[in-house]
Amino acid sequence: MSRSDRKWFDEEAGPLVRPYAVTRGRTRTNVYGLDLITLVCTIPSSADDSGLEPECVRILRLCRHPMSVAEVSARMNLPLAVVKVLLGDLIEQKRLIFRSAAPSSEIPQKQVLQAVLDGIRKL
Amino acid sequence: MEFGNSDTKVSLTTTAVKVLVAGGFGVGKTTMVGALSEIAPLRTEEILTARGAAVDDLTGVENKSTTTVAMDFGRITISDDLILYLFGTPGQDRFWFMWDELASGALGAVVLADTRRLDSCFHAVDFFERRGTAFVVGVNRFDGAPDYDISAVRAALDLDDSVPILPCDARERGSTKEMLETLLEYIMTSTARVPS
Repeated sequence: MSRSDRKWFDEEAGPLVRPYAVTRGRTRTNVYGLDLITLVCTIPSSADDSGLEPECVRILRLCRHPMSVAEVSARMNLPLAVVKVLLGDLIEQKRLIFRSAAPSSEIPQKQVLQAVLDGIRKL
Repeated sequence: MEFGNSDTKVSLTTTAVKVLVAGGFGVGKTTMVGALSEIAPLRTEEILTARGAAVDDLTGVENKSTTTVAMDFGRITISDDLILYLFGTPGQDRFWFMWDELASGALGAVVLADTRRLDSCFHAVDFFERRGTAFVVGVNRFDGAPDYDISAVRAALDLDDSVPILPCDARERGSTKEMLETLLEYIMTSTARVPS
């Protein structure tokens, strides 16, 4: 690629970066409160996905098993902020369900801690 | 625990929890994550504005003055219902503000200390102490590192007597397992003391 091919669209816009194009520039706030370890999972046999962006189709395919928001971001190679917008769309369209982690103020349940400890011991 | 989309018939019964692996730059955080994770460590990026705040809002992200902060993490599937994520904290001091989001809801943290530059983990110890996040300290063995007595490291870090501190090798699965076990046991004994 020659240098001139890489020139900016204009000085104000800066370089055009594809990841932000997939959200079509939307600046939606994180209405579902998705965080790094919120789990998302595709709802089986949800509606026809022919009208979806390719990125959304890939997310639905990735999330057939529960997966954290951070993992979707890493596997899609998209920044967290971008992935949260796309996941928000898919949740709104009832193609995905999500489950938030326990609130930070809550002391983790004893059974959960015991299960984690037992799991680590078995590694 | 709350369900999203409670109006749908599908339920998601899996729970995710996280543990942080903290310490100075280059101390072996990603190595430890990799030693325990069932998948090769993954990397996720958060977008920062020029003012240094993490954003959920994409306004202006195309601007050259934005930057990204990378976090490496791994996964341990405990059971069909429970997944443990291990997150390495960003090593550079300028990404401190990310720690709040990382620490929010975390079970606890492992702080890796390098005896060649013990001061690089002061910030982490300070942060978790102030936030009330349970943590254990692993004194990482490096070739050519001074062979400190564990009690000398405890004194240098000014750790509370109850905080577990043990030697560790971030490359060794057995050693990293021991760190996590110690952390979980410590959390369970300290939450037992909290009146319910």
